Amino acid sequence: MRRIFFLARAEVLHVVRDRATLAQVLIVPIVQLLVLSNAATFEIRNTPTFVVDLDRTTVSRGLVDRFAASGHFQVTGASGSIDVANDALLRGDVTMVVTIPHDFEASLVRAGAAPVELSLNAEKGSAAGIVQSYATRIVTAYSAELAPPGAARPRIDVRTRSWYNPTLNYPHYMVPGILVFLVTLIGTLLTAQNIAREKELGTLEQLNVTPITRGQFIAGKLLPFWTLGLIDLTLGLVVGKLVFGIPIRGSVVLLFGVASVYLVVTLAIGLFISTLVETQQQAMFVTFFVMMIYLLMSGLFTPIDSMAPWVQVVSLANPVRHFVTISRAVLVKGAGLADVFRPLVTLVVFAVVALSLAIRQYSKRTV
Amino acid sequence: MTDGPAIDARDLTRRFGGFVAVDRITFDVRAGEVFGFLGANGAGKTTAIRMLTGLLAPSSGTARVAGHDVLTEAERVKRAIGYMSQRFSLYEDLTVRENIALYGGIYDLDDRAIRERTDRMLHRLGLEQEADAFVRAIPLGWRQKLAFSVALLHEPRIVFLDEPTSGVDPITRRQFWELIYEAAAAGTTVLVTTHYMDEAEYCDRISIMVAGRIGALGTPGELKQQYGVPTIDDLFVRLARPGA
Amino acid sequence: MTALLGLIRKEVLHILRDRRTLVVIIALPIVQVVLFGYAIRTDVDHVRLAIVDPSPDPVTLALRARFDAAEVFRTVAVLPTSRALETLFRRGDAQGAVLFEPEFAEHLGHGVPAQLLIVADGTEPNTGSIVQAYVEQVVREYEQTAGAGGRSVTIVPTLRMRFNPTRASSNLFVPGLMAFVLTIISSLMTAISLTREKETGTLEALLVSPLRPWQIIVGKVAPYVAVGFASVVGVLLEARLVFGVPLRGSVLLLLGEGLLFILVSLALGILISARTSSQRVAMMGALIGTMLPTTLLSGFIFPIESMPWALRALSYIVPARWFVLVARSVMLKGVGLAYLWRPTAVLVAMAAVLLAASTRAFHARLES
Repeated sequence: MRRIFFLARAEVLHVVRDRATLAQVLIVPIVQLLVLSNAATFEIRNTPTFVVDLDRTTVSRGLVDRFAASGHFQVTGASGSIDVANDALLRGDVTMVVTIPHDFEASLVRAGAAPVELSLNAEKGSAAGIVQSYATRIVTAYSAELAPPGAARPRIDVRTRSWYNPTLNYPHYMVPGILVFLVTLIGTLLTAQNIAREKELGTLEQLNVTPITRGQFIAGKLLPFWTLGLIDLTLGLVVGKLVFGIPIRGSVVLLFGVASVYLVVTLAIGLFISTLVETQQQAMFVTFFVMMIYLLMSGLFTPIDSMAPWVQVVSLANPVRHFVTISRAVLVKGAGLADVFRPLVTLVVFAVVALSLAIRQYSKRTV
Repeated sequence: MTDGPAIDARDLTRRFGGFVAVDRITFDVRAGEVFGFLGANGAGKTTAIRMLTGLLAPSSGTARVAGHDVLTEAERVKRAIGYMSQRFSLYEDLTVRENIALYGGIYDLDDRAIRERTDRMLHRLGLEQEADAFVRAIPLGWRQKLAFSVALLHEPRIVFLDEPTSGVDPITRRQFWELIYEAAAAGTTVLVTTHYMDEAEYCDRISIMVAGRIGALGTPGELKQQYGVPTIDDLFVRLARPGA
Repeated sequence: MTALLGLIRKEVLHILRDRRTLVVIIALPIVQVVLFGYAIRTDVDHVRLAIVDPSPDPVTLALRARFDAAEVFRTVAVLPTSRALETLFRRGDAQGAVLFEPEFAEHLGHGVPAQLLIVADGTEPNTGSIVQAYVEQVVREYEQTAGAGGRSVTIVPTLRMRFNPTRASSNLFVPGLMAFVLTIISSLMTAISLTREKETGTLEALLVSPLRPWQIIVGKVAPYVAVGFASVVGVLLEARLVFGVPLRGSVLLLLGEGLLFILVSLALGILISARTSSQRVAMMGALIGTMLPTTLLSGFIFPIESMPWALRALSYIVPARWFVLVARSVMLKGVGLAYLWRPTAVLVAMAAVLLAASTRAFHARLES
């Protein structure tokens, strides 16, 4: 309807003329994308390691060399003293201490087996787990190498292939998720802030006194932000492709289609928040915290599979989770409509529910 | 088209928790009248106006504006009225022309009507040069007059003005009242609130609100005679501080 | 002195009356501890595994049984061919797959190596390597028990997880959480509160009062210090009572460092407010200048060692980084000041510099 057009046009003018808003819409997301994608990584490289080699034989040195050559570990200290090593661990100077007992080679020759102790600084939590897996693999591989000639070769030949991300590139995993983050922030924050500001200024009252209907008002307000959200997504995709070389294996059209639905959800949430607050500052505050919680429980930064079971169930009600899943599936795995059908339907339902609730909540009259 | 008063309030009341902001006010405003809604700050004028314009629901009592009930037919009321709030409510980061166009569109004026009325308004206000300037660049007095004109853009039957002349110099106040008279002459009913008691003389009839209730109602002349005071200002003092 | 107390009291009333902010301050630590206790984890468990076994035989079945039994894995599908595998991966139904070559046992019987292919969903890079490590482990264990028929060599790694034997994520996040909460309350709220006064003009009224500028700052900031402190104690209590997070070191040391960190955050907040004129900008500045770095660059969630050198360098000037280090060390390792003098010194230096800068900026602002 014409009214929607007039309102939307005024809204666009507002945004374009306000430098702070423009920065928020264009610059801040890109900066966030760049910083976040680089910071949010659990990749293990150059883990500082201390070696206590009590054996000092060719075999033991061989093991140490394997660690050093792996790229995942960096031998920053070596000593014959376990206390020195412990101290380094205590101080946090190293993440792992490899202790090779003094009869290492002898045991291997004699009994075909020998222990090696890996002490990990578990303060690093999950990183420690990953470090452990790398270390274990190096040890296992070295064992296989050492098989004496004439013995049966390992009978099961294990090979690995990594699909979708053969170089195990972390940004490729993170960026699709961070794009969701950007779009979410724009959708919710801008909407909540904007309407709260009109409340503060008094211009909202002037609109409420006109015959414009709730639906028209909401459409006129949300349409520009919806468009901005999609623009930001485009911007983010371009940056992601140029800077990080993220894959775009699936249909971009599908991605934008899903984004369109998702934006409705985030905008509706922003609208809902705006009805609960009176000032811009409150709007930002509340939005920030709601969004934080949504984001942290969405599987964006940490996998959903790692969450406690009950939290996983709760996260099904989190629209961010679904879009993150879809984004990763479409961009990295080349998923199609059939593959993302379930989360997409969930998003559609959310969009309908959220929008209805927000519209009902918004009243042109104070009761 | 309905007969009867343009505004008809009966025992209109509004409570906020334990505080009664508007206490059973009863009055009517005839079509084409310039009605002055006087009272001190905090007497309840703005609350009353917000109820009459459908922005705030009454706690009890009724009011009919332009023939429609404000509680049950609020949206119909809004089609027939204009409103100028106490806080300046045009968009400062839009130009004069853009503001007018926005409200024109919202009130369903077609493009031609918007153009014509914009030109007419700018000419009347002498703002032709500033048509494409941002509203925030225009001096306060002009802004108030602009807001008033925008409230009348869609030619409503009734217009509510909440303290339109606050903080404005005397000359601009004069010009403002000229605008109000023009509107009234064209048949628009005007309900204007003000805490400037001298402006009461400009109105056809006035009411004075004291602590949520209507303390006096009638033409300025009648009231001055009734209470034996030379000015409305004196009347107000008499009402606000009985026994003074 | 009474003037100062009066100011403090007014500030407290401000806080109490802004219900929404109050709710957020109180609810925040609670929500977040739950969040971080149960939600933010990176341990890989119950990996969804698909098995492709074109010709099941005793060996493949034995291996499959081992995969089933391993807690690390959860078999979600057993397929005769790898055709449906793509769909499973794309839908996220499987995170990894083990493919046996046909005639697996036969090959082994003839002394020829049998091929086992692991396919991992590399979308999340670490899951891939963990899947690989675990599958290999299961295979090697099987080989050992099945008898290699010849001598093979095994190096057996024994693992010791120090300082956090259960590797409970909550143990690690709690220190970061404290930093986070403190940053919000100290930096964010201070910045907003001061800017709000500036905006509404009440700051001018304060300035013409007999209160000296430093008293104004102290008065405005003191309630937030108290609130921040209370929040931290709240988080600690919750961490201990609900999640059993250890506190091996000195509580006093921890609280002392906490206070130090509060000072740093406050100074930051004041600095931000002194340089911005609108609440909105102040909030954005506080968010970008304090919250984001605290969450990302402090080692709170993401390990700093994994970041590119530019961000690692940047993390050195993020106060939260040092506090998280201190808090973790005190809580998990139980170390004392002797080990922590360096990060403590950094925090002290930061506090000094920031307080000086913010006082100066505040004075400059007042003069203008």
